[in-house]
Amino acid sequence: MLVKHAASTEAEIRIGTDGKSLDTRGLEFEINDWDRYAVEEALRIKEAHGGEVVVVGVGIDCDPTLRKCLAMGADRAIKVPIDTGMDPYLTAKAIKEAIKGEKFDLILAGVMSQDLNYSLVGVLLAAMLDLPFATAVTSVKIEDGKVRVLRELEGGYQEEDVLPLPCLLTVQSGINEPRYVSIMGIKRARTKELREVKVTLGEPTLVVERIYHPPIKKAEMLEGDAPKIVDQLIEILKSRGLI
Amino acid sequence: MRVFAIAEHRFGELNSISFELLHLANSIKGSGTSEAVIIGRDVAGFARELVRHADKVWVISDESLENYNPDLYIDVLLQLFRIETPDIVLIGHTSQGCELAPYLAVKLGGSVATDVVGVNVSNDAVTVSRYIFQGKLMVDLKITKLPCVLTIRQGVFKEGPEVNGEVINTDIKPSRSPARSFVKFIKPEVGEVDISQADVIVAVGRGIGDASNIKLAEELAQILGGVVAGSRPVIDSGWLPKDRQVGISGKTVKPKLYLALGISGAFQHVIGMKDSDLIIAVNKDPEAPIFGVAHYGIASDLFEIVPLLIKKLKEIRG
Ligand SMILES: Cc1cc2nc3c(=O)[nH]c(=O)nc-3n(C[C@H](O)[C@H](O)[C@H](O)COP(=O)(O)OP(=O)(O)OC[C@H]3O[C@@H](n4cnc5c(N)ncnc54)[C@H](O)[C@@H]3O)c2cc1C
Repeated sequence: MLVKHAASTEAEIRIGTDGKSLDTRGLEFEINDWDRYAVEEALRIKEAHGGEVVVVGVGIDCDPTLRKCLAMGADRAIKVPIDTGMDPYLTAKAIKEAIKGEKFDLILAGVMSQDLNYSLVGVLLAAMLDLPFATAVTSVKIEDGKVRVLRELEGGYQEEDVLPLPCLLTVQSGINEPRYVSIMGIKRARTKELREVKVTLGEPTLVVERIYHPPIKKAEMLEGDAPKIVDQLIEILKSRGLI
Repeated sequence: MRVFAIAEHRFGELNSISFELLHLANSIKGSGTSEAVIIGRDVAGFARELVRHADKVWVISDESLENYNPDLYIDVLLQLFRIETPDIVLIGHTSQGCELAPYLAVKLGGSVATDVVGVNVSNDAVTVSRYIFQGKLMVDLKITKLPCVLTIRQGVFKEGPEVNGEVINTDIKPSRSPARSFVKFIKPEVGEVDISQADVIVAVGRGIGDASNIKLAEELAQILGGVVAGSRPVIDSGWLPKDRQVGISGKTVKPKLYLALGISGAFQHVIGMKDSDLIIAVNKDPEAPIFGVAHYGIASDLFEIVPLLIKKLKEIRG
């Protein structure tokens, strides 16, 4: 189970003075939204079929997210304490190294990270490990030695596929209702194993040249206090014949 | 640069992203070539359409390739690329492209970047631009390893020259049976309300906060004679049924009025509503990307604006 300790998109995000990095002081980190669903799915599979859920996180400060997964019910965690920047290839490679020697039936990841939005690490890892894979999965059914999935396509269409185990799936949001962390869960998580695995950082494939605000066409902003804004809004609706 | 574009089709229709990839390929190929690859069963017709915008179209056709299967697609593409070596491979940033691109990149020993909206090639150095934080910021990335595989955002490279190249029928066939087997397609569920037919849509996002607040949007929609729709997190949380989802994996709408409440404006959402006649967005974050597509923006708390709007509209109605 791959998880990312990801920056929230809601806070104000400041660009570092070098113009190539993010000012992390302004950022709030949390478990990547898609990974919440993936962890929940992993736990449900374990509850139905037995086994062990191991979470893997890459990042120097990813402990809170790994602890959260342990509190949700994962059995143990592996932390890879390196900074892979904006290069998902390096992240996937680090995970491959870190889980060498681990036996698994299924690897789950989220479809995408909420901060960098690449949708890459899962499938990159599948390719590096030569695993069958499917992305944007909205239903997972384990059937002896196989897994039957629904995959989300465009426009509300879905596709049903069957894959052999072991394989890798990226989980789409909405597949389940992720559980809340209980006080008991948090207590139990403290005694669970969180192991650091050191790996060497590979050669970068993507190098950040510049981070900037998008040159967007801006909406005309309605200013003033709420009553004034609403009056302007009503005028606009009237002029368009909408009221 | 030798630039390949992997065409995409489903249900007997060529996805327009295929042409957009070729437009981009033509603009960055320099003294090189733009080359489409079309994979499927009966795809001669598609090849004829594509060749109007490509220097070459490679046709890989086999019965087993009727429906997309990543294992088979990757197998045949690697056979082609072993002989015809790419510098850049362009693929749509779609449910299919997001499977193919990373896998191919690893197997080609190259690099990959996704959801790309700009590509710059100078002196054989490739730089790409893409959004991060769901549209809030952009980043330019230098690719340090070729070949690179790029997934390209839909709707960005709409225009391009006619090229009129040649169609090449290959005898490439899948070399093995796939690990993953395709079973069937499942059609979208049909609900009571078809939001794509509505003139007025009040759309709510995660900013609506809770299921119990949906009624606020419903009240506003009722006064405006419209329907309530939502962004994905609202549907995922079960606050609205799936057939109310606007966006790439939901519906595409084009109402006279699209009122976006507490929606950040991620591209997967925007793609489903950007052609609405009038878009008004309420979002408490003045930097929210939704203000990049809206005609009018209100950077306020929706719980201040909406109740007041309802009140005043009621007064007008009397
Ligand atoms: C393969 C794939 C397919 C997808 N398909 C779709 C799709 O079809 N449709 C879709 O919508 N998304 C889709 N997504 C998800 C998409 O990437 C975004 O995550 C999603 O659109 C975000 O929804 P949101 O704007 O409601 O939530 P957020 O991004 O969380 O934004 C919430 C916004 O509400 C604002 N806000 C909070 N409180 C208030 C308040 N009180 N008043 C005013 N504003 C407030 C915040 O400032 C924020 O901007 C897809 C993603 C993937 C990976």
